[in-house]
Amino acid sequence: MLADKDRIFTNIYGFHDTSLAGARKRGLWDDTKRLIDKGHDWIINEVKASGLRGRGGAGFPTGLKWSFMPKNDPRPSYLVVNGDESEPGSCKDREILRHDPHHLVEGCLLASFAMRAHTCFVYIRGEFIREREALERAVKEAYDARLIGKNNIHGWDFDLVVHHGAGAYICGEETALLESLEGKKGQPRLKPPFPANTGLYGSPTTVNNVESIAVVPTILRRGSAWFSGIGRPNNTGTKLFQISGHVNKPCVVEEAMSIPLRELLEKHAGGVRGGWDNLLAVIPGGSSMPCIAAGDCQELLMDFDSMSALKSGLGTAAVIVMDKSTDIIKAFARIAYFYKHESCGQCTPCREGVAWIWRLMERMSKGEAEKSEIDLLFNVTKQVEGHTICAFGEGAVWPIQGFLRNFRTVIEERIDHRIAAEAREAAE
Amino acid sequence: MPLPETDLDARLQAILRAFEGVEAPLLEILHAVQLEFGHVPEGAQRQIAEALNLSRAEVHGVVSFYHDFRTEVGGRHDLKICRAEACQSMGGEALARQAREALGIDFGETAADGSVSLGSVYCLGLCACAPAAMLDGTPVGRLDGPQLEALISETRR
Repeated sequence: MLADKDRIFTNIYGFHDTSLAGARKRGLWDDTKRLIDKGHDWIINEVKASGLRGRGGAGFPTGLKWSFMPKNDPRPSYLVVNGDESEPGSCKDREILRHDPHHLVEGCLLASFAMRAHTCFVYIRGEFIREREALERAVKEAYDARLIGKNNIHGWDFDLVVHHGAGAYICGEETALLESLEGKKGQPRLKPPFPANTGLYGSPTTVNNVESIAVVPTILRRGSAWFSGIGRPNNTGTKLFQISGHVNKPCVVEEAMSIPLRELLEKHAGGVRGGWDNLLAVIPGGSSMPCIAAGDCQELLMDFDSMSALKSGLGTAAVIVMDKSTDIIKAFARIAYFYKHESCGQCTPCREGVAWIWRLMERMSKGEAEKSEIDLLFNVTKQVEGHTICAFGEGAVWPIQGFLRNFRTVIEERIDHRIAAEAREAAE
Repeated sequence: MPLPETDLDARLQAILRAFEGVEAPLLEILHAVQLEFGHVPEGAQRQIAEALNLSRAEVHGVVSFYHDFRTEVGGRHDLKICRAEACQSMGGEALARQAREALGIDFGETAADGSVSLGSVYCLGLCACAPAAMLDGTPVGRLDGPQLEALISETRR
């Protein structure tokens, strides 16, 4: 279990002063100049050595991503921070923005400096009202104290722009986010060219998650060795876990990576409703990750590698717990509906396929399907996966694939049940 | 009621002037227009397109892409009820029913007297104090029946 002294987000619950003065008391903005004086490459190397992997879902090594930025380019470089947290189940970035925003502001300065960017955009989803207010307050405090801005005390001209979205899930995809920042429809771009080469306004851009950037100041202060000493190799550091669903006390908690799922649930979330044996399945990383059935949960470690060994993913570490009272088919039909609703419509396989999947799932939840359609459903998911511009396609079909892998018998039983009921009715 | 053309013109031009020289300002302008008029009028879209040297199709595409923008005149008040998963599981659907019945309109509609528009929103980020709603941009958490009634009566004043 993570010791209190190793916590990065010391005010994640908002119990303390969220202002600049309060943040300074908790050690933020403490001699940031010293970190900057060590140079661009030192910061990138420290982040690389810390083993920090992106906290937005894909888990790409953050330091490596930064090192892709060109060094001698006449175009300006940009850092874009993705605060478009919309994945069902995810609720960590909002806590950072609301209660610990100075982690993010300082992180933006350090990361931008490392990538030789003078401007950083933070994109916050339109529905986040309090979060935007809190961040804007923090940014203003930082400007007023000359921590950021032109001619600031750190000697690196730096502007931070808070931008807010207008209600579209797809804008959380990095290239869609760039489109939206440019004032266009949030439809993803083809890659390559990758944003590090041609991103915002055609300039080198790095897009990072809020949490990835917010942990950077503490990593640099305490050293990469401290961060990489937590968790397992390749899955290092601390992580904000978000536990929701059928647990006694849903919560957001910072824990060490690779904590066993059972320990996480029982120590912080009051355990599964009705006891551990009442567990049916968990979705480990937000609704776009395949679910894991209870049988695999006993020894499950909460990190990137152990999840991918089970063909699932850590995603944003938003654990959705479902107990045995859950109508699992209906739950996944609901998830399918969400993706059908949010598909941006640019790629045909996703736009059409996801709607197909939803309709099939709705029928299956009532048992009104043929057993052969289970294979058909799986086939449709395979037609979407890998055939779209962005990862939304995968995000929409992975939960269904995981569901079919784990709960095929439940669908078959429901179909049998419906057939038997109809036969009884016909006989009467 | 449609806005008088001249009134729309002056206020819109002021907004467009405020964003002169700003890089890629379309979304910001649309936010400002929606704040000023309560919606993005058809006529405004044409002028915005002209000012930014975009085609009308491009502006229309952006307006229709984002859920937050509306092209029809809304009510004087804007009541949005969160209908995402966390709020649903905490009684959000009952509140949605209550609002529909009390106002006599469905989601996405505006009351006949123009007092209020009812909308659904998918996650205000207030899952910890669900169910939530938002009245004229102010979020309200831990909502129950009587409180919703109070919000609704506020829209009638």
